[in-house]
Order: sequence, then C-alpha cells, then structure tokens
Amino acid sequence: MKLKIIYIIIFLLPVLSLAQETFKGIVMVKENGKMKGLEGATVYWKGTDIGTTTDEKGWFALKYNSEYKELVISFIGYTTAIVPINSNIELHHLLEEGNELDEVEIKTRRKTTAVSYLETSNLTNISSEELLNAACCNLSESFETNPSIDVNFSDAITGTKQIQMLGLNSPYILIAQENIPSVRGASQAYGLTFTPGTWVESIQITKGAGSVVNGYESIAGQINAELVKPYKDDRLFVNLFGSNNGRLELNTHFNQKISDKWSTGLYLHGNHRSKKIDTNNDNFLDIPLAKQINIMNRWQYQDLQKGWVSFLSFRYLSDEKQAGEIGFNPSKDKFTTNSWGSEINTNRVDATAKVGYVFPEIPFQSFGFQTAYSKHKQDSYYGLQMYDINHESVYSSLMFNSIIGDTRNKFKTGLNFTYDKYNELVNEIDYSRSENSFGGFFEYSYDDLENFSLIAGMRADKHNKLGFFFTPRLHMRYAPWEKGVLRASLGRGKRSANIFAENQQLFASNRAINIIDDGGEIYGLDPETAWNYGVSFLQGFNLFEKKGDIVFDFYRTDFSNKVVVDWENSQEISFYNLEDESYANSFQTEISYELIDKLDLKLSYKYYDIQTKYKSGVNQKPLVPKHRFFANANYITKHNSERFWRFNATYNLVGIQRFPSTMNSPLIYQRPEFSEQTNLLNLQVTKVFSRKFEIYVGGENVTNTTQENPIVSADNPFGSYFDSTMVYAPINGANYYVGLRYKL
Amino acid sequence: MKKIGLIIGMVLFTISMSAQNKNAKAQIEVDGVCGMCKQRIEKAALTTKGVKYASWNVETHQLSLILDERKTSLKTIHENVAAVGHDTKEVECSTEAYNNLHPCCKYKDEEIIKDHKDE
Repeated sequence: MKLKIIYIIIFLLPVLSLAQETFKGIVMVKENGKMKGLEGATVYWKGTDIGTTTDEKGWFALKYNSEYKELVISFIGYTTAIVPINSNIELHHLLEEGNELDEVEIKTRRKTTAVSYLETSNLTNISSEELLNAACCNLSESFETNPSIDVNFSDAITGTKQIQMLGLNSPYILIAQENIPSVRGASQAYGLTFTPGTWVESIQITKGAGSVVNGYESIAGQINAELVKPYKDDRLFVNLFGSNNGRLELNTHFNQKISDKWSTGLYLHGNHRSKKIDTNNDNFLDIPLAKQINIMNRWQYQDLQKGWVSFLSFRYLSDEKQAGEIGFNPSKDKFTTNSWGSEINTNRVDATAKVGYVFPEIPFQSFGFQTAYSKHKQDSYYGLQMYDINHESVYSSLMFNSIIGDTRNKFKTGLNFTYDKYNELVNEIDYSRSENSFGGFFEYSYDDLENFSLIAGMRADKHNKLGFFFTPRLHMRYAPWEKGVLRASLGRGKRSANIFAENQQLFASNRAINIIDDGGEIYGLDPETAWNYGVSFLQGFNLFEKKGDIVFDFYRTDFSNKVVVDWENSQEISFYNLEDESYANSFQTEISYELIDKLDLKLSYKYYDIQTKYKSGVNQKPLVPKHRFFANANYITKHNSERFWRFNATYNLVGIQRFPSTMNSPLIYQRPEFSEQTNLLNLQVTKVFSRKFEIYVGGENVTNTTQENPIVSADNPFGSYFDSTMVYAPINGANYYVGLRYKL
Repeated sequence: MKKIGLIIGMVLFTISMSAQNKNAKAQIEVDGVCGMCKQRIEKAALTTKGVKYASWNVETHQLSLILDERKTSLKTIHENVAAVGHDTKEVECSTEAYNNLHPCCKYKDEEIIKDHKDE
C-alpha cells in the first residue's frame, strides 16, 4: 500500500509541477498601421534566466512566481520594454519601434584618459572628468594633463599658449569641433582660447595621419572636441573662477527639454582681467588685460524610433585683449611712440547645422549632413604695426555609412565643400584672397573581429589654389598577443599656410617681414605637403594586481614642401618655400599605472628631432625642446559616497631649447645658443560635497619658474631689436586660483 | 490559357522570392559569459555568409542578427555558433568545442559565471 502511494506520487509529480502557474501573453507590433503578433521576440523575467521566445503568432508562456515583478521584452529594431507585472493576468504588449543602441555599461572604474585598445588609429580619449583636472579655463588649456600634446608659449606679450603635436605647431593639426574643422585660418593663433573649457564634453586625439573624412589638412594629427549636448548636460550648471592674477570667469549652462524630441541649451561664458601685473619689472604687462563674452545656443532633436538626430548651434564671441607697456593708454597712446601697446579685438559668429539618420531597419547604415558658417573678424595693432583679418568660411559635408557584405567590412563615403574668404591687411598691404575646394572621399574599414583591423581612405579634392590632388591615408592595427596592440599609419596632408595668422607673434617684434616670392598662389608661396608615418605599440599589463599600460610611439613627418618660417636673422622674419628637406621625428613612451587603489600615475618621456634646411643651413627648429619629461598623478578618495576629494599634480620637465640666432644683434641684445631647462608644476585639489556642488583650488607653476628678461630690448620697444618672441618659459610666476561648480 | 497560368505562376514565384527579406531581423539565445565570448559568438555569426550584422548581449544572452534570408537560414547560424563552443537554444555544442574555449569563457562553470558577475 505504502509502495502504491509512492508510485502515485512519483507518477503525479511531473503533473503537479506542470500545474505550476504559467504566465501567458502576446507581443505585438504595429505594421502598416495594423497590429500583428511578433515572432521570435525574447521574453524573460528580469534578474532571472527564465525566458522564452514568442511563437509565430507572438504568443509566449513562462513560469510564473509572484516574486517576478518585471518582464523584459526585446527584439532587434524595437525598443526593449521592461513591463511591471503585479499579478498573473494575460499580457498584451505592443513593442515600440526604435533602434537598439549597443550601450554597454561598464561598471569598473574607467581611466579618465585612455589610449584605446580597439581603435585602428592611435586614438586617445580625454573624458569630461579628466578635463576637470586642467587648471583653467579654455580648450587651449585642456591638454595640460595629457602628454600627447605639448603646450608652448608663443610670445611674451599676448599670453598665448601654443599647442604642438609630434613637435609640430597647431596649424599642422586638424582641430575640429564635433567633426567640423574649426580652429583654422584666421583663428589659428587664438582660436583655442575661444572655446570655454566647461563647454567641452570630451576630446579625441588622433596621432598621425588621421581619417580622410574631415578633409586633407591634417598632417601631424587630429583633435576633435565634442561639446556639451542639451539632452545630456545638466539642467543648470554654474562655474565661478577667480585667480590671483586677476582673472575672473563665469560659466553658466541652462538646458531645457522642450518635448520628448527637442531640447535646447544656452551657454554663457564671460571672463575678465583688469589687474595690471609686471612681476619681472620690464615695464610690460606679464599677461594682457582681457575681456571675453561668449554665447552659444544649441538645439538638439532626436527621434530614436525613426532614427533621426539633429543639432543646430549658434555662437557669438567678442574678445578684447590689451597688452604692452604698463602705462599704455589706448585712447591716448595708440599709434604713437609714447608707449608701446597692443590691442587685439575679435568678433566671431558661428552657425552650424547637423542632421544624422540611422536606418531603423538596418542599424549599420546611416547618413549625415553637416554645414557650418563662420565669420571671424580680428582688428589688431601691435605697437606701430597693424594687422586686420576678416575670414568668412563655409563648410559642408555629406556622408553615407554602410557595409559591404557584413559589418566586418564597412565604408564611409561622401563629399565636402569648403569656401574661405580672407580680407587681410598687414600694415596697409592687402593680402585678400578667397579659397574654395570641393572633394569626395571613400574610406574602407575592415575588422576581422579578432586581432587585425585596417582603415584605408582616399580623397580627391579640387582646390582653386592647391589644384587637384589625392590624399591617401592608411591605418592598421594588429594585436599579436593578449593586451598587446601594434599600430601603423601613413598618410599625406596638404594645406595652404596662413603665414601671418599662424605666426602672429611676429608683430610683437620689430622684425622686418620678408616673403621670398616664388610665384606661388598664396602670398607667392606654394602649398605645404607632407607625409606622415608612424608606428605605435601598446602593451597592457597587470603588476601586483593593478592594471597599467605602456606605449611606445614613433612618428616621422616628411615635408615635400613647407613654408619655412625663418627666425634666424634677429632683424627679420622670412617666409620661403622649402628648398631641401624638412622633417620632424618624434618618439614618445608613456606608462600609466594604478599605483595604489585610486591613485593613477602617468609618466612620459618625449624626444623630438625637428630639422629644417634654412637659408643659413640645416638646423633644429628653434624653441622646441629635444627632451621632455611628463608626470601626472591623480588621486580620488572615493568610498562609495557622494563626498570625496580629488587631487591632481602635473609636472613637466622641459629640456633646453635652441634660440634662433641673434648673431647680428649688438651684444646686449644677444641670446645664448640654448635656453635653460625648466620645471613646471601644477597642483589642484577638488572637494566634492555632493553630486551638485564642488569647490576646487589650485596652483599653476607653483615652483615659480619664469624667464628672465623675456623681451629683447624691452627698454626700447620702438628700436629695431625689440623682440618678444624669444620665449621658452612662463612669463608669469606662480598663480593660484579658486573655483566652484554647481549643477542641478 | 495554360501559358497565362505559367506566367502568373512565374510572376508569383518571383514575388515570393523577393518577399524573402534581404534585411531580415532575428534574435536567438546563445549561452556565454564574457566579452571574449561576445567576440567569438559575433564572429561565428558574422562569418556565416548572408549574415550582415550580429550583436550579442552579455546580460540577456540574446544574439541580435540581421541577415539576408536568400543566402542563409537561422539553422546555419545556430550550427556555426555552436561549432565555436556556444550552446544555442536549438543546437547544443559538442563537448570538444566547449573544451576548446578559453578558461575564462567556460560558461557552464558556476565559478566562472560568479567571477564575471563581480565585474
């Protein structure tokens, strides 16, 4: 009898378990206005592995238990739905169409600056968190914690910092904002200071040839800055900054979602410096007096279901600088020899429109259109010299992305159009001209999904001054073993040099301007052309259970033509076409390592050998150090709370730099052959009180390193030896600042 | 009359041919555990002729596909994914293929699943 009962139980058990509750439902979609069951959709209980797929009519049945509260329904091309379930009632769910974007949330702490393992090109990304570590205030200062970009001083008058990559100046770098080339032409000298740091969301730095998509102008590399976007940015953001050298800054962002598709943002920036500082007692201001108002309004449209994204942006900038002797009063002393002074006033308007469309049915296919207009007007004088430039520019590009066969083979193709109109007056001499170019590109990329990828691009352009030419570029990536990545790139770039705009510091000297006209199209000079070749090796490692990586980079830029800027005669600046060779070799090694928990360390050594054949013989490029050493430490005391501290220190050891020859100057105005080595140290501490509020204090150049007598013949600024361009170190000593950030 | 029927038949045949979707979407469940699995699964799917797009989600274990139905079938994809060592809803992989997986990808091992959860 007992046995019989056991038999019955055993026999009934499966039946009993079948009697367990099941949850039933149907997943539907709308097709041509009609509701229809969706076959093959995935349905599972969130947080469990109990799931199923729908049958041909869209029905599904799942085990049910009252602990299951959320049901996840997904299908490619539709927005994944998480449906709250409170009781076992048959569910009828309509899936909304939309693109399933591959967003993978990574929970481990990401490094704020990272060289990519996966990109084919040598790409470094600087995140918004890293940007907070830069002392201040605008795009030109955002690179100070990154060793791939060097920051130099252009002259002792305007306080401008110049960036360099691979030992080459910024004109050889394509600087774009959201993939629209922006710092170029007239804005070359001061353009980076026209984008406030708080507007920058992230920066991507590509070393070497770069992509053909954004044009032919890049030679040493590309920098792209992504700006804050109304949809994602904080509703309200306020940043106040003040420093002991008299600089005050205010940044505010207002973002508003107007509908589920439209958002808008208004970004205001103002800075002001009225304090006159002359710590080295040369009677010249160490830093110019400055005033800037910068306004941006952005409109963002997104309809992910239909695949449309669009941005409209408008910007207005007004920037005024006054530099020169302490006692200089523009209204009285302008264009007189009473006192040497300079005013640089810039007004700029920008308007851009971008439209992107991703085919909802096929997420690997998209097209994008962007167009930008800018009008840049700089009126300036330096002592008795006048320099006015008015640059109007139009840029348009149309791009189509798709695949060949499958997503291992992708391509981008499109057209670009550029128009630049320059009205340029140099001491009453008119150099006005207009340039236009029209071109097409095709870029193919291959990824074997394991250890090899390549990007091969070609563009053809027709330019009214540069002629018709091709621009080939090639990038390859190979991962020979775990965490090891070998990269190689080569490519050509071509550009017309804007000799005055790019070398504006020359006006802060009394050098005679000498252009050796070869009958070329631009200032009588030929376009610049160069090949860039590079190899790079990245190896990630684990040491004492901490992650790190080490990078070795070698790049060579070979100029087939260059507009040589020759400072080798202290009475003159000459521009001429390259006669012989000019090259730039750069080697960089970089180690990043998490030394102890949350303490990131970055060390880098850089070697530059940049030679040009000048009229006076082959020589190293002046005022570029051969050796540089960089160290950066970043520490966060985060213990899973909103309140924490952030410490950042950056140290730069800048090797000796060659001064341009001063042989033909009187002894008192001569410079030694080489500068001294300099040490620069920046420190910053941030106290984060909550997600909403933080305060930071910091010091720039805390070792108080300055150059003695940065201006040659400062006592006689109207004499022929006056020259403020022989600068290798900061003019201004230690500078301390304090700031706050508030967001809602 | 016969001829007309034939023509209609042919037309219908071509229509039904073209009704086979060039960009058909599908989703299949594939077992796996980490980013390396993702790479392997997607590669196995993509190297199947006719598969244009493949994306595997580590959390949901769903492999989203876009495929040309004229050139391939879901069955082939199931088989190819299983061949590299990953069980799919329909095809179980061979023990040999499973054993060939990288140690960190042994998705049938509770310990390994637990390890990856902490990531």
